[in-house]
Amino acid sequence: MAFDTGLAVLVLGVAVWTITARDTFAAVVGFVAFGLLLALVWVRLAAPDVALTEAAIGSGVTGGLLLGAHTHLRRTETAAAGELPGAALRLAAAVLCAMVSAGLAAIVLLLPEPAPTLAPQVAANIATTGLGNPVTAVLMAYRAVDTLLETVVLLLALLGIWSLAPDRVWGGFPGPHHDADPQGVLTFAAQLLVPVGILVGVHIFWVGSVAPGGEFQAATILAAMWILAAMVGLVDAPPVSRRWLRILLVAGPAVFFAIGLAGFAMAGAFLAYPPPYAKLLILTIEIPLTLSIAATLALLVAGPPERAPQR
Amino acid sequence: MADFLLAAAGFVLAMVALGLVRILRGPGDADRIMAAQLLGTGGIAALLLLVEAMSVPAAVDVALILALLAAFVSVAFVKGAARTEADGA
Amino acid sequence: MSLGLDVLTILAVCAGAFFFLAGTVGLLRFPDALCRLHALTKADNLGLGLIVLGLLFQVEGPFAALKLISVWLLTLLAGATVTQLIARTARPGGTPE
Repeated sequence: MAFDTGLAVLVLGVAVWTITARDTFAAVVGFVAFGLLLALVWVRLAAPDVALTEAAIGSGVTGGLLLGAHTHLRRTETAAAGELPGAALRLAAAVLCAMVSAGLAAIVLLLPEPAPTLAPQVAANIATTGLGNPVTAVLMAYRAVDTLLETVVLLLALLGIWSLAPDRVWGGFPGPHHDADPQGVLTFAAQLLVPVGILVGVHIFWVGSVAPGGEFQAATILAAMWILAAMVGLVDAPPVSRRWLRILLVAGPAVFFAIGLAGFAMAGAFLAYPPPYAKLLILTIEIPLTLSIAATLALLVAGPPERAPQR
Repeated sequence: MADFLLAAAGFVLAMVALGLVRILRGPGDADRIMAAQLLGTGGIAALLLLVEAMSVPAAVDVALILALLAAFVSVAFVKGAARTEADGA
Repeated sequence: MSLGLDVLTILAVCAGAFFFLAGTVGLLRFPDALCRLHALTKADNLGLGLIVLGLLFQVEGPFAALKLISVWLLTLLAGATVTQLIARTARPGGTPE
C-alpha cells in the first residue's frame, strides 16, 4: 500500500516537473522518465502487455521522436520563448485538464462492482483462435479491424511527415547524415546492442501468442535498433522514393486486408478465420505486419527528407 | 519474502526520486542525462524486484525492453546534447 | 534449503540497495560532473548486479535465470557506453565531435 502511494506520488511529481520545465531538453528527459514510471505502474496493476507497450513505444520511441523535434526546434527556441501564451490562456487550459481528469476519476471510481467486462467471454472462446494470450486474441482475432485501421493510420502519419519536405529534397534521404567512427565507443556498442536487440524483438514477437508480447512491441524494438544503428552511422536511411521501401511499408496492411477479404470466402465475414486455420492465418498476417510497422516507426522517427535523392 | 522484495523496490524507487533532484538542479545537460541513466537502472531494478514480489514472471520481458530502450534513449540524448554544444546554443 | 536461499536473497538485495544509495548520494553531493559519473556507475554495476544475484536464488528454471543475467549484461553495456560519451560531453571544452 505504501509502495503504491509512493509510486503514484512520484509519477505525479515527474509529470508536474515535465510540464513546468523551461528547457525542451529537460522536458524530454522528464517525459521519458514519466514513461518508465508508468510502465512500473502497469506491472503493479498486473497488465504486462500494456507495460511492454508503454516501455517500448510510450517511453522509448516517442522519446526519440521528441528529441528529434527538440533538435529541429533548437534554432527557434529563444524566439519562441518570447511568445509564450498569457496567464489567462494557461489558466483556462489547466482548468480544462483538471475537469477531464476529474471526469475520468469519477467514471473509474463509480464503476459498479464487479465492473462490466467481456473478459469471461474472451476466455471462453479463446480456444477457437488457437492463441494462448487473451490480449493478442483481442488484437488479432476479436477486434482485428481495429488493428488493421491502426496500421493504416500509422502509414497516413508517415505520409504527413514526408509531405513536410521542401521541393528540392522531395523523395530524398530522411534525416541528417551521421558519420561513423570505426574505432569509436558508439560503433562498438551498437555492433553489440543491435544484434541482441533484434534477437529480443524476435523473441517478444514469437512469445506473444502465449504470453505478454506481440507484433507491436516487437516492431518497436526492431525500429529502435535500426534508429540506433542509423544514429551511430552504421546504416543510412534509404531515400523515401525507393520502390522497395514503399512495398515494404505497404506489404503488412495489404496482406492483412487481403486475408480480411478472403474471410468472406472462407468463413462468411470480413476478417473471419475458419477455426482450424486461425493460428496459421494470424501468423501469416503478423510476420509482414511486424516488418511493415517496424519500417514505419523507424521512418517516423527519422523525419522528413532532408537530403536530395541524387547524391 | 514478497513483502521484503516490495520494500526493497520501494527503497530503490525512493533513491530514483532523489536522483531526479539532480535533473531539476543539474547545471548542464550531462547531469540530466546522468540522472536519466540512474532512473533507467533504478527502474529496471525496482521492476525486477516487483516481478518477483508479485509473481508475474512474464514481466521480466518488460525489464529486457527497458534495458534495450534505455540504451537507445541514452545514445539519442547524448547525440542531442552533443549537437547543443557544437551549435554553441 | 529454502530458508538458506531466502537469507542469501535478503543479503544480496540489501547490499544492492546499499550501492544504489551510495550512487544516489554521490550523484547529489559530488562537486564535479565527472565525479558524479563515477558514483553513478557503482549503482549500475554493483547495485543492479547484486539485486539480480539475489533474485537468481528465487527464480525457477534456467531460462528465467538467463533472462535476469541478460538484463544485467545489457544494462552494463549500455551504461559503459553512455558514461564514456557523457564524460566527453562533460569534459571542460566539450566534445571534439
